[in-house]
Amino acid sequence: MDHPTVKATPDSPPDSPPDTQPDAPLLDVRDLTVDILSRSGADQRVVHGVSFTLHEEETLALIGESGSGKSISAMAVMGLLPPATARVGGSARHRGTDLLTLPPDRFRALRGKRIAMVFQDALSALNPTLTVGFQIAETIRAHEGVGRREARARAVELMARVRIPDPARRYRDHPHQFSGGMRQRIMIAMAVALGPDVLIADEPTTALDVTVQAQIMELLAELREETGSALLLITHDLGLAAGTADRVAIMYAGRILEQAPVQELYDRPAHPYTRGLLAAVPRLGGDADDLTPIPGSPPGPGLLPAGCPFHPRCPDVRERCTTQEPMLLPAPPARLVACHYPLEVSGAR
Amino acid sequence: MTDAALTPQKVPQKVPQKVPVQEGPSPEASYGAAHGAWRELRRRPVFLLTGGCALLLLLLAAAPGLFAGWFGHGDPTVCELGHSAQGPASGHPFGYDVQGCDLYANVIHGAGASLGVGLLATGLGLAVALVLGCLAGMAGRIVDSVIARITDVFLGFPFLLGAIVVLNSVTTRDVPTVAGVLALFGWPTMTRVVRASVRSVREADYVVMARSLGASQWHIVRKHVLPNALTPVLVLATITVGGVIVAEAALTFLGVGLQPPSISWGLQLAGAQNSFQTHPHLLIFPGLFLSFTVFVLITFGDTVRDALDPRGR
Repeated sequence: MDHPTVKATPDSPPDSPPDTQPDAPLLDVRDLTVDILSRSGADQRVVHGVSFTLHEEETLALIGESGSGKSISAMAVMGLLPPATARVGGSARHRGTDLLTLPPDRFRALRGKRIAMVFQDALSALNPTLTVGFQIAETIRAHEGVGRREARARAVELMARVRIPDPARRYRDHPHQFSGGMRQRIMIAMAVALGPDVLIADEPTTALDVTVQAQIMELLAELREETGSALLLITHDLGLAAGTADRVAIMYAGRILEQAPVQELYDRPAHPYTRGLLAAVPRLGGDADDLTPIPGSPPGPGLLPAGCPFHPRCPDVRERCTTQEPMLLPAPPARLVACHYPLEVSGAR
Repeated sequence: MTDAALTPQKVPQKVPQKVPVQEGPSPEASYGAAHGAWRELRRRPVFLLTGGCALLLLLLAAAPGLFAGWFGHGDPTVCELGHSAQGPASGHPFGYDVQGCDLYANVIHGAGASLGVGLLATGLGLAVALVLGCLAGMAGRIVDSVIARITDVFLGFPFLLGAIVVLNSVTTRDVPTVAGVLALFGWPTMTRVVRASVRSVREADYVVMARSLGASQWHIVRKHVLPNALTPVLVLATITVGGVIVAEAALTFLGVGLQPPSISWGLQLAGAQNSFQTHPHLLIFPGLFLSFTVFVLITFGDTVRDALDPRGR
C-alpha cells in the first residue's frame, strides 16, 4: 500500500521543546493523580498514582470497568481536564518534556502535533456545522500555516488513507452524512493529520458494531505501523485488547493492578482481579455456565475500602489485604502486579 | 467517560447500536439540526407566507417609491391643508391626515422608519449580546459573574420608563438614536440566551476534540462554539424585531420617540390621538400596517423556532 506520507513538512526546531531528549521514553507517565474538585472542599481522588511507559511502535491497552479512571487518566495526560474542576498531579513526560508542567501555550502546540486523541463517539466529536474535509484541513492549517489549497489536498489524501471511498467528493459532506464507521475514520484522519507520535484512542470502537470494530482496529494498527508511532488504547473489551495490544495494564478504582505483555497476562494472570475478568469472558463454544462473575461491584471514588481496593471482592483475601494497600511491584520476567499474594505465574498451571 | 459497563456477566453484550451495519453514506440520518430544520421549514405554509410578507415589508421599507405612487402622486410631503383629515377618496385610498397629506403615501413611507429602528436596534443588541454572551460563557467564573450582574441591572430597569428617561435627555431623536436607546434595553435578554447556549456547546465533544488537536481558544469560539450556539439567539432576534417596532411606536406615540421630519407609524398614530373619534381612518391605516408587520415578524420567528427546536413541537 503506497500511501503518501502525511508528514509533509519536516519538524522545525521551534516545534520541539529545547529540553527534548531523543532517547527518553516516548511517553512516560509517573504517579499520575487526578482529583475532582468540589466547591464544598471535599475533593475526590479518582486516579491514584498511575504510572506507565509507552515506547515507540508499541500498543499499550488500558483496560478497566466504567469508572476505573482510564479515560480520565488519558484526558489528564492530554491536558483536557478543565482546571476549574480537576487537579492533576504527577508527571507525563513526552520525550523527557513534562507535559503537565508545560505552559498552556506550549502544551497546546504539542497537542495534535505530537500527541493526539481519538474519541469514542465520532458523531458528537465532529462539528455538525462544518464539512468533514474542512475540519481536517483546518487542523493542518492551524498548526502548519499552509495555504487553503495545500491543506485541502492533504485532507483529501488523509481521507483516502483512512479508506474513505471517493474522498474528493466526500470532502464537502457533513458528519451526519456519514455512517458510524466512516465518521470514526474521519476522526482518526483528523487525529493523525499532523503525524503525532503518540495516539490515544479512548474506546474508539465502542459505538460501532463488531464488523466495523474490526476494520477500525485494523486501520489503527496499520497507521501505527506505518508511522512508527505508539498507541495507547483505552478499552473495556479484553478481546479487543488481546488482538491489538503489545502490553496490557489492568485498571481498577483509579489504580493499575497489573501490567504485563499481552500473552503473559492472558495466559497466566497474576492478580486475582485479572483472573476474575478473564474468567468472565465467554469463549467460543463455551457454555454460559462456565462464566464466573466477580461478586460485588467496583467501589465509587468516595467509598474506597482500606487496604487493597479490590479486597472486598477478592476470593483470595487475607488479613493483610484489608489494612495495607499493595504497591505495584515488578514480578519477573516482565510483569508488574499490585497484590500481596499474587497468583503463581512461573511454570505451567 | 461513558464506558460501557464491564460487568462480567455482560461481556458479550455490545453497547446499543447507533450506526447502520453497512458502511456507507446515510443522508437521511436524523442529525444536523440546521439541515433538518430547513427541510421542515420549506414544507410549512406559515413559514413561506410570513417569510414572503417579511420580504415584501423589507422591500417596502427599502424602496417605498415603488409602492407609494400606485394610486396618486405618492409624495408624502405634498400636502393641502384644505383636505385635512378627509376620508378615503379617489387617488387617495387611505384619505388625508390632519395636515392634508396623502395618508397612503405616508403609511408606505413609514415602513422605513419602523423597520429601520427594529432592525438597527436588534442588530446592535445582537452584536453586544454575542460579544458579552461569548465572554460570559467561555471565560472564568469572575468575568461571568460581572457580566451576569450588569445584565441583571439592565433587566431590572422598567423598560418603558428607562427609555423615556434616556430619550428625554437626548436632543435629536432620529432613527439611529431611538434604535440605540432601544438596543440599550434589548441586549440583556439576548446576552443571557447566548451565554446559555455557549455554555452548553463548550462542553460538546467536538470542542474537546478541537482542544485535543491544539486549537486555540479564539479558533474554538469562532469555528465551533459560535456557529453551534447561534440558532437560539437568531430566533429570539427575529421575534425581538417585532417587539422593538411596537416599542418604537409606543414611545413615539408618547411623544418621546421619533420627531416630525421622520415619517413613522408611531408618529402617524400620535397625530391621530386627538381626532381619531371623528376621523378613525387616521388611526386605522397606520395601526393596521403596524400590527400586520409585528404579527408577521413574530409569527416568522415562532415558526423558525418551532422548526429548530424539536422539543417545542
